[in-house]
Amino acid sequence: MPASYLWLIPLLPFAGFLINGTLGRRLPRPLVSVVALIPTFASACLWIWLWFTMKAADAPESIHSTLTLFGNNWIQISSFHADFTFTVDHLTLIMLGVVTCVGFLIHVYSVGYMAHEEGYWRFFAYLNLFMFFMLVLVLSANFLLLFVGWEGVGLASYLLIGFYFKKDSAANAGKKAFIVNRIGDFGFLLAMFLLIAHFGSLDFSTVFSAIQQHTEWQGGFLTAIALLLVVGAAGKSAQIPLYVWLPDAMEGPTPVSALIHAATMVTAGIYMVARAHTIFDRSPYALGVVAIIGASTAIFAACIGMVQHDIKRVLAYSTVSQLGYMFLACGVGAYTAGIFHLLTHAFFKALLFLAAGSVIHALSGEQDMRKMGGLRKRIPVTFWTMTMGVVAIAGIPPLAGFFSKDEILFQTFTSPNPIGKLLWLVGLITAGMTSFYMFRLWFKTFFGEERFEEHSDQGHDSHHGHGVHESPLVMTLPLMILALLSIIGGWVGVPAALGGHDEIGEFLAPVFSNGAPAVEAASYGLELGLAVVSVLVALLGLFIAYVLYYKKPLTAASYAAKFPALYRLVENKFYIDEIYQAVIITPLLMFSRLILGTFVDSGLVNGSGYATGASARGLGTLVRRIQSGNIRSYAGWLALGAAAVIAVMIFGRSLWLN
Amino acid sequence: MVPISYYLVLAAILFSIGVASFLIKRNIITIFMSIELMLNAVNLTFVAFAHMWHQITGQIFVFFVMVVAAAEAAVGLAIIIAIFRTRQTLNVDQINLLKN
Repeated sequence: MPASYLWLIPLLPFAGFLINGTLGRRLPRPLVSVVALIPTFASACLWIWLWFTMKAADAPESIHSTLTLFGNNWIQISSFHADFTFTVDHLTLIMLGVVTCVGFLIHVYSVGYMAHEEGYWRFFAYLNLFMFFMLVLVLSANFLLLFVGWEGVGLASYLLIGFYFKKDSAANAGKKAFIVNRIGDFGFLLAMFLLIAHFGSLDFSTVFSAIQQHTEWQGGFLTAIALLLVVGAAGKSAQIPLYVWLPDAMEGPTPVSALIHAATMVTAGIYMVARAHTIFDRSPYALGVVAIIGASTAIFAACIGMVQHDIKRVLAYSTVSQLGYMFLACGVGAYTAGIFHLLTHAFFKALLFLAAGSVIHALSGEQDMRKMGGLRKRIPVTFWTMTMGVVAIAGIPPLAGFFSKDEILFQTFTSPNPIGKLLWLVGLITAGMTSFYMFRLWFKTFFGEERFEEHSDQGHDSHHGHGVHESPLVMTLPLMILALLSIIGGWVGVPAALGGHDEIGEFLAPVFSNGAPAVEAASYGLELGLAVVSVLVALLGLFIAYVLYYKKPLTAASYAAKFPALYRLVENKFYIDEIYQAVIITPLLMFSRLILGTFVDSGLVNGSGYATGASARGLGTLVRRIQSGNIRSYAGWLALGAAAVIAVMIFGRSLWLN
Repeated sequence: MVPISYYLVLAAILFSIGVASFLIKRNIITIFMSIELMLNAVNLTFVAFAHMWHQITGQIFVFFVMVVAAAEAAVGLAIIIAIFRTRQTLNVDQINLLKN
């Protein structure tokens, strides 16, 4: 594929957005779907073409394409310039694949899921807008263009979370996501300013090659840049302390949760850290921070996820937790493992969300797992595909999650990081908890007695008035494809210790070769041992979930009753939202209302306006006396003025000259 | 030969009388006459200077002023008559329809 066609990949969905966004209201639904699906499908096809181009024997390591408008660059200020440049290397290729293919599958699924919703065209317009910005994000060749995509996906996320804008909770969740991300973007912006100050450029290639040429640069300003980038990544990828927006983002339609808040957008932070690995590699301190943030987010979110009742919230906390894993991988320098997990996670988490959406669809909008159960027979396709997702995320071989998670744990264990062993332990416990809460969800939803009510006339799909039903093929087909990917997706990274061939490691080697601290080839025995341990932990989680939620369904409640304070603490998400409310939001609001509102706004801003008006009026009242309409008074003023001029001419001249 | 300063002083006195009566008088015809007085004071200076410098320009200027003044008098007196017909007065203080 010639590099000059690169711009088509993001621009096609944008065209879809423009058509649906402007004309969609008047178009019939099938046409809206076609307008939305075709560009996405074309992008996916272009990606496949690109893939074969890049895999060819003599293919270059990366290809660039700069867009110019009438020969002008995008931004050019004296010696600084930022171009509208797209670049593709192997890392971008993987991200592109995830975005276009998973994105397309979710588009297909949405046709079925949103079939009876109002604002159908609006939904697809936003979805295409998201695709456009996400593709710009992963294709960009400099930090500024990446930031454009970064902000754009934030916008699309805001619009889609607040899709049901008539619901207060949805509108608020959208605002929360937007504002929390703004805090992260602040860090990203500062990092870019520092980059300009030190390198005079935001181009990836310029910055990274400058760093590689100066081996004496260690820490210092690179640490500052890296830490500020981490702030940005923590916002977008929902890491402590900025993760609070992601669980609330589940207010959006389920396909949105799958596409934006599980598979693609939230991984932008990991992508950015991996992309800027040259900076991070020079700053062990920043890497340590990344690792600690990742590990603590992983276990913290897993804790909360264990006791949630809303099926989508469990998945949301699971996403936060898995993103923590990816952060952990980046933090120990195992970027390949992080991207690998990103890839497999995109498959199985998208699958889980879509399957959960199918469950919700079947139950006419019910999301509370306490009102589910026994659905195994009623919706078999959803059940089997979701089972694949659950087993994959739980880390049971040979499904996808096992290989990527195991790679991360292994890399953490063998990393030179002084607290590597501790981080490994945290990761291992999290793996057990992941297995537990996923199987808890599985058992509560699909097994046991039927606790749901047969709706006949309520809920979001009022046209389907026949109670619990399997979703149509347009929804189950993406589920099946994603289930297949969840099974085989991990096989691209089977470690050598298990007799495999680490395809993805070799594939990404050109991107990460210059940076990643060389992990000395540990013995296969160690790797195998660690793998066995993590599988055992996953099975333990499965076993506990089996006992608590299948064998003796009431024991869980009795355990919870034994530690009421602890249970309440976790169930209420450690009161983090309340703490933020009390510590940050309330003081900020007080400050805004009292100081800024009364003093600055009413006092200074309004006051200066009033003062200007009053002074103009005062001057007017004074001056209007002159404008009397009396001709003789005018003549008098004229005579006085003439006399004054004459006086100046006669006496002034001698005065001035001396 | 009368020195030029005599003419100039006379012109200044005439002009001042014109200004003063323009400001003080209320009768519109008197005001009109004081304007003529000012014009003629200026004419006097023109002629005086023309005589002094032996140049014709000043005298030609005087003719222009006279022509303009005659035209002005024609128009002005017509307006005064029109005002008197409608308002039955020539007191400028009472001709204040446009005020406020």
